[in-house]
Amino acid sequence: MTGAQIARSALAQRTVLPRASGAGRLWDLLFRIAMYGAIGIGMLALGTLLFDVARDGLPKLSWSFITSFPSRIRPEAAGIESALVGTILLMAITAVIVVPLGVTTALYLEEYADRTKWWNRLVEVNIQNLAAVPSVVYGILGLAFIVRGPLGLGNVLLAGGITLALLVLPVVIIVAREAIRAVPPSIREGSLALGATQWQTIWKQVLPGSLAGIVTGIILALSRAIGETAPLLVIGAAASPRFNPDGLFSDFSALPIQIFVWTQDPNREFVSLAAAAILVLMVVLLLMNSVAIWLRNRYEQKW
Amino acid sequence: MVRGALFAAALLSVLTTAAIVLSLLRETISFFGDVPVGDYLLGTKWTPLFSGDQQSFGVVPLVTGTLYLSAIGLLIAVPLGLLCAVYLSEYARPRVRRAIKPVLEVLAGVPTIVFGFFALTFFTPVVLRDFLGISVNQFNALSAGTILGLLVLPTIASVAEDAMSAVPASLREGAFGLGASKLQVTLRVVFPAALSGIVAALILGASRAIGETVIILIAGGQTANLGIDPTQSYQSMAAFIAATSRGDIPTGSIEYETIFVVGFTLFVITLTLNAASIRLVRRFRQVYE
Repeated sequence: MTGAQIARSALAQRTVLPRASGAGRLWDLLFRIAMYGAIGIGMLALGTLLFDVARDGLPKLSWSFITSFPSRIRPEAAGIESALVGTILLMAITAVIVVPLGVTTALYLEEYADRTKWWNRLVEVNIQNLAAVPSVVYGILGLAFIVRGPLGLGNVLLAGGITLALLVLPVVIIVAREAIRAVPPSIREGSLALGATQWQTIWKQVLPGSLAGIVTGIILALSRAIGETAPLLVIGAAASPRFNPDGLFSDFSALPIQIFVWTQDPNREFVSLAAAAILVLMVVLLLMNSVAIWLRNRYEQKW
Repeated sequence: MVRGALFAAALLSVLTTAAIVLSLLRETISFFGDVPVGDYLLGTKWTPLFSGDQQSFGVVPLVTGTLYLSAIGLLIAVPLGLLCAVYLSEYARPRVRRAIKPVLEVLAGVPTIVFGFFALTFFTPVVLRDFLGISVNQFNALSAGTILGLLVLPTIASVAEDAMSAVPASLREGAFGLGASKLQVTLRVVFPAALSGIVAALILGASRAIGETVIILIAGGQTANLGIDPTQSYQSMAAFIAATSRGDIPTGSIEYETIFVVGFTLFVITLTLNAASIRLVRRFRQVYE
């Protein structure tokens, strides 16, 4: 057979192959419509949510809103200074606790742990389970162990920071482990072959290689921590304080708590303030996420 | 030396779990010293903060309220989330995919308090009352449940998409080679092959919905209601805990103990769901790697 003949017979055979029947094509169309609909509803919901918050909140947003203390009686003079300062301090405390603990745990599990030992498997399963514990339960833990009970700190800034740190610790560990695992074994073997100790290998090769991933994970975990309301409600964060926390053992508030308090207020003016506070919270989160994405794109190692 | 120090850090996560269980158990045991277990588990009236004869500790309305609100949420999130996952994994071109995934990530990163605000100030008054003309209570299950679904949607979509993307291309190519259409490949080859991962996504979504606090606290109301009318107000376990604990209730009082006993019930339910989900994910990973 010549090439032309092969091509002709192939073409002939293609027309013999069963075409999708009319009913099949109808189902295909319906399924596509359903999928586009689902994506559309998701986008529409997010769009509406942002629009609603912006419409209520933007008119209330001003420099004096950010630099005034909340007020229970005069919505026009109320602001979010104490809540914003509280949120920033909580984030700092959480970071100080969660970064060393999360990274060392991830290093242990990836670089040292022998997976055939039951205690290492226990740590692993335990972290997976902790990641799924509802945040309100961390609030109960904070109330029973940190605010009262063994630590007995009272409902102060440090107690809030520790509670949030425990809440996001599993997230940091899981993301840091993935980043460490992405460093190929050949890098470690090369370093060890040149005479480096295991710790030198980790410190000089593995950590620098996984740093972008780890930092991204930490930022995402912190942005989850500052958006949490339930645990702070349970441990008893202050509602609308007219002072900034002046130390680790001071009463505190946070943006989500302030938003919650204003949302519950029967006066519509305060509800609009809640929308403005949401905008501030979302801007903070957006900044953090942009930094995370930028870091990921700028420093991500391709092996 | 280094190894020991690192292990000590790893141990802290185990200690966290131990502390959670310990703190929950201690008050729970003390609670059951005052209230019989049967009255708690089977009682149908939940009024722990009332006094005298009006006080009752039946957890059934809280549990059914939690499940009811989660069911409404899942009714919305499961079909939408799975359709999004199928689209992203099987149909979307790489460029479209790169545009849509960040939107889902943004949705997943919105704090729950914002969803609560949206449910109370927009979804209930504007969408349900004005647009759809349903006469709902200011706090109602329909609004809280729907927005709960919106919260869970990205979780379900991303886990299910991971499961479907993990199905090897050779399975799809084999089916196409046999003359199957795109729809047949998706529904009869990819979907069943990824089923355990998809089920894990659903369980994870359910567990998130059950543990969610603030949306229900703000938009679902604070009355432990035993019924199925979606226009009425309901309370969930997590919302009860947050509403009752404000840092000023006396240690050892019965109100204080109810927080822990409800917290323990919630902890057991979510832990069971999570264990099931971990097991399923492990199974679907074993098949193809």
